[in-house]
Amino acid sequence: MEAKDFIYMDHAATTPTDKRVVDAMLPYFSENFGNPATLYHIGMEADRATEAARVTVASAINAAPEEIFFTSGGTESDNWAIKGAAYALEKKGRHIVASAIEHHAVLETVEFMKKVGWDTTVVPVSKEGYVDPDAVAKALRSDTVVVSIMHANNEIGSIQPIMEIAKIAREKGVLFHTDAVQTVGKVPVDVKALGVDMLSASAHKFYGPKGVGFMYLRKGTRTTPFMHGGGQERNKRAGTHNVPGIIGMAKALELAPESFKDAQRLHDLAEMLWEGLSKAIPDIRRNSPSHDVLPGFLNIVIEGVEGEAMLLRLDSKGVGVSSGSACTTGSLEPSHVLLAIGLPAEVAHGSIRFTLGRENTEEHVKHVIGEFPGIVQILRQMSPTYRKDCRKQGGIG
Amino acid sequence: MQYSKKVLEHFANPHNVGFIENADGLGQVGNPVCGDVMKITIKVRDDRIEDIKFQTLGCGAAVATSSMVTDLAKGRTLDEAMKISRDDVANELEGLPPAKMHCSNLAADALREAIADYRRKQAAK
Repeated sequence: MEAKDFIYMDHAATTPTDKRVVDAMLPYFSENFGNPATLYHIGMEADRATEAARVTVASAINAAPEEIFFTSGGTESDNWAIKGAAYALEKKGRHIVASAIEHHAVLETVEFMKKVGWDTTVVPVSKEGYVDPDAVAKALRSDTVVVSIMHANNEIGSIQPIMEIAKIAREKGVLFHTDAVQTVGKVPVDVKALGVDMLSASAHKFYGPKGVGFMYLRKGTRTTPFMHGGGQERNKRAGTHNVPGIIGMAKALELAPESFKDAQRLHDLAEMLWEGLSKAIPDIRRNSPSHDVLPGFLNIVIEGVEGEAMLLRLDSKGVGVSSGSACTTGSLEPSHVLLAIGLPAEVAHGSIRFTLGRENTEEHVKHVIGEFPGIVQILRQMSPTYRKDCRKQGGIG
Repeated sequence: MQYSKKVLEHFANPHNVGFIENADGLGQVGNPVCGDVMKITIKVRDDRIEDIKFQTLGCGAAVATSSMVTDLAKGRTLDEAMKISRDDVANELEGLPPAKMHCSNLAADALREAIADYRRKQAAK
C-alpha cells in the first residue's frame, strides 16, 4: 500500500513532519552545519538560529526565552523535571506525588526515585479519567518536593484541571510539573495562566521532527542539571544542540495555530466516528470522555475481542491505530490508564485508540465506520469468550 | 516489533476456525484476564486426528499459532500430535517476536489438552 493511501489515525503516537518544517530544517544539515558553540560564521549562524528558535518556542507558551531548555524530547524532559527537582530539594524533603495515569516517562521515573529512597504517592483518577485536585491536596505533605500531573492523557485524551492543581501546589510551596506532550502545539498552552513551574513537550507530537523537545523551567525554579558536560543550555543540559531539530520544532510551533483552528473539526470527526461505530457494533464502550478531551481522540473497548488483533486487521484495511492491550504495551498487563479508570483487565485488552489529525477527513472516518464492524464480527466469531447468542451483530452485510 | 510473513498470513486467513459439535476431545488454555484464550476441539478416528478446529481470543500471534497447530496436527496419530511443541509451532511460523514466545504461544498446550481429554473419555468408557 502506498503511504498516501494509508489512513493514519495514531496522531497521539506521532505525527507526520510538516513539509514546511522539513524545509526550514534542511539548510541546517549540510550548509549551516556549524556547532552553535563555535566562533566562526557557520557556528554563529547556527547559534543565531537556535536562539531565534528559543524565542519562538517561548512565545508559543507565553514564557521568557531564558525559561526554555532544549532536550531530546518528552521522556528526557519528564525525567529531568522529576529527578532534577528531587535532587535539588533533597534537604527539604523526599516525597514525590504523581497521578496513576501519567505517561511511563513519569511513572517509571517516580518508580526509580522510590528505589533510590524517595517516598512516593500515586493519586487515583475518576472513572472519566480526571485527577481530582482535592486528592492531590490530600497527598501533599510537609516533605513533598514535586508534584507531576500530565496536562492531557495520551491514551484517553482527558484534559486535567492543571490550573487548580498547580495552585494547590504553589500555595503549599511545592514545585509543580506538567507533562504537556499531548497538548503543546495541539491546543493553546499558556504556562503563566496554568501556573506551572515546569512543563515538558515533544516536537514530533505537533508535526515537528522526532528526537527534540523542550522543558519550560520557570525563572527561579530549583533543579539540578540533567546532562553533565560542555555547559550548553546555561549549564543545565549539556550536549551539542540538535540544531535542525530545534529549528524544526520552532517552525512547527509557529504553524501550531493552524491546529488550534482545526480542533473543532477534529472533535466533530471523533464524535462522528463514535456515533457510527456505536450504532454498528454491540457491546462497545467509550473510554474517552466527551468533554475536556483532546481534539480527535476516541478510545473504545470492544467486548470479546483482543486489541492487537483488531489493530492488525485495521492495518490490512489501510488504517493505522493503536491499542492498550497487553500485547501492544510490551508487558503482560494491559494499559495502566484503562485499569486506573476502573476497567477490568479482560476488558482493557479489547481497547482501540483512534487519534485523528490534520490529514484526516470525513471520508477517512466513513471508511473506518464501513470496515471496522466487519473486523469485529470476524474476530468475535473466532472468539471462544464472546456470547454470540445474546445479540445479533447489526449494521453489516 | 515485527511479525513474519507467515504469521501475518495465518492471522489474515486462519485455517480450521470453528467448533466441532460432539467433539471427541476439547482443550482450553489461557485466561481472559491475560488476554489470550484458546479452545481446540478434535474428532478422532483410528487413533488419528481426523478433524480439528480452534477458537481463539488473542493477538496476532495467538491466532497464527492456533491456526498453525491445527495444520500440523490434522491427520497425525495422537502420539505424533502429542509431540508437537511450542517451538515446533514457532519454527513453522518462521519465528515469533520474543515477547510473544511465552504469552501467546499456547496453541500446542491446547492441542495436548484436547488429546488428554479424549484419552480420559476413552479410559472412562
